[in-house]
Amino acid sequence: MNVVLHHLGLYWSGLWVTLELTVLSFMCALLVGTVVAVMRVSPAAPLRAAGLLYVETVRNTPPLLLLFLFVYGLPKVGLIYSLFVSAVVVLGGYTGAFVAEVIRSGINAVPVGQAEAARSLGLTFSQTLRHVVLPQAFRTMVPPLGNLLTALVRNTSLAAPIGVLELTERADQLNATAAAPVPIFIGVLITYMIVTLPLGAVIGAVERRVAVAR
Amino acid sequence: MKKRFYSLAGLFAAGALALAACGGSSGGPGATANTGGYKTVKADSLPASPTLDAIKARGKIIIGTKFDQPLFGLQNPTNGQIDGFDAEIGRLLALRIFGDPGKVSFIESVSKNREPYIQQGKVDAVIATYTINATRKKLVDFAGPYYVAGQDIMVKANDTSIAGVTDLNGKKVCTVTGSTSATNLKKFAPTAQPLLLDTYSSCAEALGDGRVQAVTTDNVVLLGLISRNPGKYKLVGKSFTQEPYGIGLKKGDDAFRSFVNDTLATAYTNGDWARAFTETVGAVEKTTPTPPALDRYTHS
Amino acid sequence: MLYDVPGPRGRRRILVGSIVAALVIGALAAVALVRLAHHGQLDAARWKFVTEPSILRYLMFGLLNTLKVAAVAGGLALAVGALMAVGRLAPSVLVRAGATSYVQFCRSLPVLPLILFIGLGFPELGVRLPAFWFLVLGLALYNSAVFAEIFRAGVVSLPRGQREAAYALGLTYWGTMRLVLLPQAVRRVLPATLSQFVVLLKDSSLGFVISYPELLRRGQITGEFTHSILQVYVVVAVIYIIVNATLSYLVHRLERRQKRAPIVRPAAGASPLSTPTDRGAVRAGGKELTGR
Repeated sequence: MNVVLHHLGLYWSGLWVTLELTVLSFMCALLVGTVVAVMRVSPAAPLRAAGLLYVETVRNTPPLLLLFLFVYGLPKVGLIYSLFVSAVVVLGGYTGAFVAEVIRSGINAVPVGQAEAARSLGLTFSQTLRHVVLPQAFRTMVPPLGNLLTALVRNTSLAAPIGVLELTERADQLNATAAAPVPIFIGVLITYMIVTLPLGAVIGAVERRVAVAR
Repeated sequence: MKKRFYSLAGLFAAGALALAACGGSSGGPGATANTGGYKTVKADSLPASPTLDAIKARGKIIIGTKFDQPLFGLQNPTNGQIDGFDAEIGRLLALRIFGDPGKVSFIESVSKNREPYIQQGKVDAVIATYTINATRKKLVDFAGPYYVAGQDIMVKANDTSIAGVTDLNGKKVCTVTGSTSATNLKKFAPTAQPLLLDTYSSCAEALGDGRVQAVTTDNVVLLGLISRNPGKYKLVGKSFTQEPYGIGLKKGDDAFRSFVNDTLATAYTNGDWARAFTETVGAVEKTTPTPPALDRYTHS
Repeated sequence: MLYDVPGPRGRRRILVGSIVAALVIGALAAVALVRLAHHGQLDAARWKFVTEPSILRYLMFGLLNTLKVAAVAGGLALAVGALMAVGRLAPSVLVRAGATSYVQFCRSLPVLPLILFIGLGFPELGVRLPAFWFLVLGLALYNSAVFAEIFRAGVVSLPRGQREAAYALGLTYWGTMRLVLLPQAVRRVLPATLSQFVVLLKDSSLGFVISYPELLRRGQITGEFTHSILQVYVVVAVIYIIVNATLSYLVHRLERRQKRAPIVRPAAGASPLSTPTDRGAVRAGGKELTGR
């Protein structure tokens, strides 16, 4: 127990990196997800195919393998990025594939009649999206997006095997010298829960606020 | 419908359990000796020791070793076998206990897992370029040493900017989590920027990719990495520590430790140690050193 | 239905856009291939390992280890998940609180540190098991909570009449769950369940932090041994994609089959599946209440 208390600074710096990774990756994921979702619903067949290929490839591969490919594979063709950037890009791209599916389902969940009514009122494609479809779609997207964010917080721990000094890696290195896995890793799990439990509560509250009243 | 569901579920569960019972490591590394001809023979009698009793009951000895360290413990994916000096020492132990160098099974023990695996009893001994030091002696016991290496530095073949350990200050250096190399790096080059990974092979990759400018660990380990990547890397050649490799054992089992030390002593005198060395490390280290003096310490 | 059916000008624009998109994508792919070739990554020597049967066997055993872990952990997680789902909806406050705490707790655990905790910490506490079981335990703990939520959502989505009718027949809460609600709920959420199973299978790759010789670790060793890291990782990725895509495809087939044979709503009078004696009776096993 003393081990943890003496090294709270390590836990804090690890947690800070974890949070940085989470925020940056999620922003990246929203961007990637939106682009891919648009590709998937676009009328141009090659774009639809490319979007589908991206989503299916990324969703069916373990994120750790994607990280290894990026960190150990890309340098073989001369592309090297810092470990932190690699983690953000890979985690963002991975989560982005799921975000794309959430956005796509969200848009599809809005009843067709809404779009039809908008069209019959003379609204253009972008007006329909902006004023009618997306606001309603957004309400259904909040819970799954919230889940993805929570999952992302937990997935940042995958950056540990590639050497990023986030929370799990800090604990692992501490354990290598202190040899007290029980208190050290309980401390890690508690620290993660300090982030994910309140996050889950907040998401639940937001979900209830924007819930579609049936 | 319900019956079909339950019978399917039952079949599934039975199948899963059967698979699980098939042992957790299919295709796991067995140990048919690839270097034979050792002179060590089966011991006439084995001392009373909890570890030895467990080994005898099991019918084989379980050794923790590295799987990705050339010359010492390298798993050959084409046959699942572990080649290397550490593996050979393990086979000598099996030979001494059972009369058959094949009665040994290897489990991958990366640096940071060596003490835990010994303490948990997951392995009977760790032979994995395991440096003996006072801190580790608090957690485990050591037999040996069976080899003395020195920490050195590996750089890209055309790099001339690093000539000694102090040149590492301010540079990105890779080494492995939980190794003495990591502690020594901090001691000798306090302003070096360490990148800690799980294995030395990953460090070699990082060096080749340009993520770091140097890799530091024991010279023989580096020589092994260099030999597997001809022309890419070179050794700086100025070792700055002494690294006695020992066999990690469960703390307190002095009878077993004595037995292991006796086995090593026999191997020193009958030429088996030298033979194991030339067949493995000898590929890069042409002169066979004299075996180091065994440290048969007692607990005070 | 976000835009009208395109007229001739619209169709032309879409065609142009498609061609442009195809060209751009093709160009990107070409650039990637050229770059790979330039760095020697397309050399035959680096891909030779695919033809070596011993290496393939080494990797396949790694895949087998992965599948073993996924099967056992999945089975365990499903069983515990179903139990917890039922617990979360139980009438007893104590049972509800216990199940809810378990689910909320386990859902918020990150899997990698959890596996490290179990794999490195349990032996410290005297629990000695092969790495396989530590990995199974870690995966099952987290995924049981996710399955619990999935099943709970399934049960909640069932028409209230099912539960009411079961109670009217005198079934207890657990009996209702076991015989009437859970089977229907599970069928409803089968796609989500199998999707989560795919996630579980991917997470088995974390076994390498506790030295479990699964596919990813074996791929790493093979890549370093044969000096073809990029190529081996690509092949391993393809293997994972094939396995997971097959699972997902089965999910789609099941989804479609469900839609094609929905829970029968009998018209007033005759239903092809009900006999006169069954009319108005609850069919244990999930057929909907007739005569509603």
